[in-house]
Amino acid sequence: MRRTITTQLAATALGLILAGAAWADPVEDTLVIDTDDGELEIVTKAPAPDHLKDVMDTIWSGWHYREDETRDLQRDDFDNPAMVFADRGLDRWNAEIGANGESCASCHQGPETFKGLRAVMPRVDEKTGKLMIMEDYIQSCVTERMGLEPWKVTGDEMKDMLALISMQSRGEIVNVAIDGPAQPFWEKGKELYYTRFGQLEMACANCHEDNQGMMIRADHLSQGQINGFPTYRLKDAGMVSAQQRFVGCVRDTRAETFAAGSDEFKAIELYVASRGNGLAVEGVSVRH
Amino acid sequence: MTRRAWLPALAAALVCAAPALAEIAPNDVVFADGAVEASLTGTPGDPVAGAKVMTTNALGNCVACHQIAAMPEVEFPGDIAPALDGAADRYSEAQLRGIVIDAKHTFPDSFMPGMYKTSGFIRPGNGYTGKASEGEPPPILTAEQVEDVVAYLLTLKD
Repeated sequence: MRRTITTQLAATALGLILAGAAWADPVEDTLVIDTDDGELEIVTKAPAPDHLKDVMDTIWSGWHYREDETRDLQRDDFDNPAMVFADRGLDRWNAEIGANGESCASCHQGPETFKGLRAVMPRVDEKTGKLMIMEDYIQSCVTERMGLEPWKVTGDEMKDMLALISMQSRGEIVNVAIDGPAQPFWEKGKELYYTRFGQLEMACANCHEDNQGMMIRADHLSQGQINGFPTYRLKDAGMVSAQQRFVGCVRDTRAETFAAGSDEFKAIELYVASRGNGLAVEGVSVRH
Repeated sequence: MTRRAWLPALAAALVCAAPALAEIAPNDVVFADGAVEASLTGTPGDPVAGAKVMTTNALGNCVACHQIAAMPEVEFPGDIAPALDGAADRYSEAQLRGIVIDAKHTFPDSFMPGMYKTSGFIRPGNGYTGKASEGEPPPILTAEQVEDVVAYLLTLKD
């Protein structure tokens, strides 16, 4: 009996220590996903890319900052609530919705033809010199090739398609270009990242660089990495794209936010993506 | 205008103007090395009301970032900012008032939002709507609430 009590005490003490650790720095853990095609290990921690070396050594996926239960949801596709939306994306992909009966599949065959694309987005389009986020490519197909009204940038149709296309690059290492034609956009994004917006005068960097790993009330501040996007956000009970999250973050500084899909948020997406160069695309992730 | 008509109007104007006369407006606050000597209201604050302001999300929400040992009932206080225990030993009333009003006069790189500040912002919004503020946004706290918070902070001695 005494041994039992001692063991329980020790276990309780250990539990307290672990609980304390869980609320501080990113949790040491490894993400191996049980998929239809077997196990897939995801790179969720990596040395910081060169351009970040003076501010941090290691980059961590937001997955490491979430509670055990939330992290577990991403270990098995069967448990991952975001998979429904990727599946719905596949239905949309095959649907003959164009003005002349076009579907995504009728031009692009299967979605797997986009394998690798998510890992290098945003990028500068070679023909136009414009910075493109995935939504821009999808939108141009919807309006120009299919002759439809534009999809809402943060609407369900768009996010389903983002989920489907992102899944094709799951496990691939993020490697967005920041030099050459991308450089001016990247510099603009960096400038915005460090600008203190709104009545609360907060820059992205205040939370996600200076205070990552710390707590604002019960919110555990991550590095704000977007390798996991689009993500199923438990708080919203739905999918959230990076553009949508940027709107929410800037709004929460009591600022006049930029629009989803605006030049400003596209530049921020490029810059933030580049801070995750070295992490793997998670396909569709789960956060809270 | 008849005499009967304008008398009540004058009285109403005086009543409306009275609180404003006693208060220092956000843009009129005078800082000296980050400290603000003059009370914003001219009236001592209420520490009990101050504690309420500090723990209410929609008001000061100080505990989002600061820990306070004297407030053990607060669940999940944040830890990105210094603990406030012993604040009154480290800072004078004027310094505390200055930090609450706009901490950047004391700590230029501070993360802390100015609680009684209405100008100098980049893209100020209309609260949390994401839309633009029409003119200067109102301060996060009223003058009275700032004085209440200062009164509470002055109770935090080691």
